Amino acid sequence: MPRASRQLEGTRVAERLEAAFPGVVTRSNDEWVEVVPARVIEALQWLRDDDELDAAQLSSLTAVDRHNHFEVVYHLQSLDRNHQIVVKALLTDHDTPALPSSYPVYRGALLQEDEVYDLFGIRFDGHPNLRRLFLWDGYLGHPLRKDFLQLEGRFPGLPQFPFEEKGVQVR
Amino acid sequence: MTTATDPYVLNIGPQHPSTHGVFRLRVVMDGERIQDVEMIVGYLHRSMEKLAEERTFTQNIPFTDRADYLAGMSNNLGYVLACELLSGVEVPERAQYLRVIFAELQRIASHAMANGQLVSDAGAWQTPLLYMWREREKILDLFEMTCGARLTTNYMRIGGVAFDPPPEFYPAVNQLLEELPDRIEEYYRLLIDNEIFLARTTGVGAITAEDAINGSLTGPMLRASGVPWDLRKAEPYCVYDRMEFDIPVGRHGDAHDRFTVRMEEVKQSVRIIRQALDEMPSGAHKTEIPLALRPEPGEAYARVEGPRGELGFYVVSDGGPAPYRFHVRAPSLINLSLLREMAIGASLPDAVVALGSIDIVVGEIDR
Repeated sequence: MPRASRQLEGTRVAERLEAAFPGVVTRSNDEWVEVVPARVIEALQWLRDDDELDAAQLSSLTAVDRHNHFEVVYHLQSLDRNHQIVVKALLTDHDTPALPSSYPVYRGALLQEDEVYDLFGIRFDGHPNLRRLFLWDGYLGHPLRKDFLQLEGRFPGLPQFPFEEKGVQVR
Repeated sequence: MTTATDPYVLNIGPQHPSTHGVFRLRVVMDGERIQDVEMIVGYLHRSMEKLAEERTFTQNIPFTDRADYLAGMSNNLGYVLACELLSGVEVPERAQYLRVIFAELQRIASHAMANGQLVSDAGAWQTPLLYMWREREKILDLFEMTCGARLTTNYMRIGGVAFDPPPEFYPAVNQLLEELPDRIEEYYRLLIDNEIFLARTTGVGAITAEDAINGSLTGPMLRASGVPWDLRKAEPYCVYDRMEFDIPVGRHGDAHDRFTVRMEEVKQSVRIIRQALDEMPSGAHKTEIPLALRPEPGEAYARVEGPRGELGFYVVSDGGPAPYRFHVRAPSLINLSLLREMAIGASLPDAVVALGSIDIVVGEIDR
């Protein structure tokens, strides 16, 4: 699996995190560390304030729809120590996903959480002004969900990719 | 005697010259001072991230230069770097140098636009802007002779670049590099000590280093606050580790420092392009890759130092010919995170200058 040149090993971060907050880490590998969604704030806050990990800046916050669950992906970085940490939170409730907002820890999450809420429908509890950023209120569905194109009234999208064998579905 | 005033709502935009595109600010004013501000965006939303899931990795390259249409080369570069990290495609040496040259030319063009617009917002209506566009125009001509397009360049490819520059490119770029330092001096003479410009920009929209880091600000915004953070040094991509250049930083984090940092970065870009042109080897400019590239399942997050800040591309593959998820970490959007802090308490003309100093591109905010 590809890892950026300045990215810390997820397992190493997981060890430190687990020592500070037992039970907070659910999975980890070479690239990322996955934490319990309800406890993401304490994990992020500790990563931010820890001297060695020093994740002072939230570089990017986004989500991935995996059909039956969502992954919320936080890319954190330390400017002093020049490294990157990838934290994920897995939301198993696909219909009404929600997790605590990271705005109290990183103010840079303000608009990125709005964006994820708009396009994925993931609610961030405690966000000061959660709203649809690009689309208007009352817009049907959340476009970046994989089942969006199957919604009633939507164009169904490509049946298959060019250069593909017949029968291979676009996801 | 004081007169009580009622707060009132003022809409700036969506069609307004100082919002730099279709961007709307809903401002609550109390007399001359701003009480609250809300940005309303989405007028240019094209849902590129969704569209990308139905197109092959190569077919997605043109989307990236239409996101930030003032920095097409940088956007192309960030995306192909993410695809290369994901698929392990090797890039020939010559292509690495060409990428650096075009990314830096793009930075000069974009900074000329940003600074010109800032000066325009500060009241010097159009004249300095059009002066700065002279250089941008020449850079766009260089892009046109190389890849046929001026803004939507679609120049980078997974595994290299699309074309080798034509022979007439080299004299033209050398002439531009000759002229640029004189031109920058001209702008400095015209603006940097200009009393009106100083009065309009000093202390406007100031952000401290701590706030800038916590608010995810990057690029010239962060450096103007005094944090010497540049991905070209911190996480060198292409051949930036072989280039000699400095990171200009500001001290106060205000609009004037952002202007100065961008000006100084143009000087550094000239240095980088000179070195890259000198050291560029001959050879292939592209490796051949399959028509439908199928990276192993996994994910990659590649970042470049775009003109507006950290430009990240998060690409997830499930083994198919198209990205499973394609996300742009758009610096224009994220640099607006602290807009309320910058605007509240300021007067309306100051808020316009503060917004101009952020250097937003609405195509990238909305995508």
